Amino acid sequence: MASRRSFLVGAAGVVLLPFDAARATPEALAELIKQVTGGREVRQGKIKLDAPPLIENGNTVPLTISVESPMTDADYVKTIHLFNEKNPQPHVFTATLMPRNGRAQVGTRIKLADTQKIVAIAETNSGELWTASAEVIVTIAACIEDVN
Amino acid sequence: MANALINAPKTAKRGDTIEIKALILHPMETGFRPGTNGRMIPRNIIEHFSARWNGEEIFAMTFSPAIAANPFVSFFTVAKESGKIDFLWTGDEDFRVTESVAITVT
Repeated sequence: MASRRSFLVGAAGVVLLPFDAARATPEALAELIKQVTGGREVRQGKIKLDAPPLIENGNTVPLTISVESPMTDADYVKTIHLFNEKNPQPHVFTATLMPRNGRAQVGTRIKLADTQKIVAIAETNSGELWTASAEVIVTIAACIEDVN
Repeated sequence: MANALINAPKTAKRGDTIEIKALILHPMETGFRPGTNGRMIPRNIIEHFSARWNGEEIFAMTFSPAIAANPFVSFFTVAKESGKIDFLWTGDEDFRVTESVAITVT
């Protein structure tokens, strides 16, 4: 459940926060990002993470990740990762792309166990890393009870 | 049994970038939820999704339990030649479902 405090913070208008590397992120997320990036520089820009700032049901959160890229043999996005901060596991998905995709964009639906930050990282064939993040406020969390 | 639904154009012009959407019925049980008896419901998820155009891989994705039930994926690809697009989902409990659609490229 979203705590009263986080709801109030959200209601105060903090709905979409820019990624700030200096902000304390839960260890598992930081550790996984380190594993994926191998300590290389991760820059902002070029990648866009479209997620609703407020979602009623955390069981289905639609989102789209798109990366600016010509998607040619010489310059293309090879992977897009999505991570989260407060689900039981930090990894959400990893998509593998190739020049054949024409457009570096992936859409899916995810579960969020709480109001939290989600982080997308894209890697190009030349090893450049781009990141974007979004804060999603969840009013009914996923994974808390058996709905069957 | 599992049901898959693919949304892709039936025809496309050569060189066009087309969008493909794939949806499959699956509970995506995370393994982190207690059932009505108080015990954890064992994990049962789809772990991998891939698409092949006439045998050539055009897209792949690895899922975690955080993917919503009835996984939906949309992606783009460039239409090169007529043929068949094959989709494959694999996961826990020997889950394996294939689906294919035909496409005509002019």
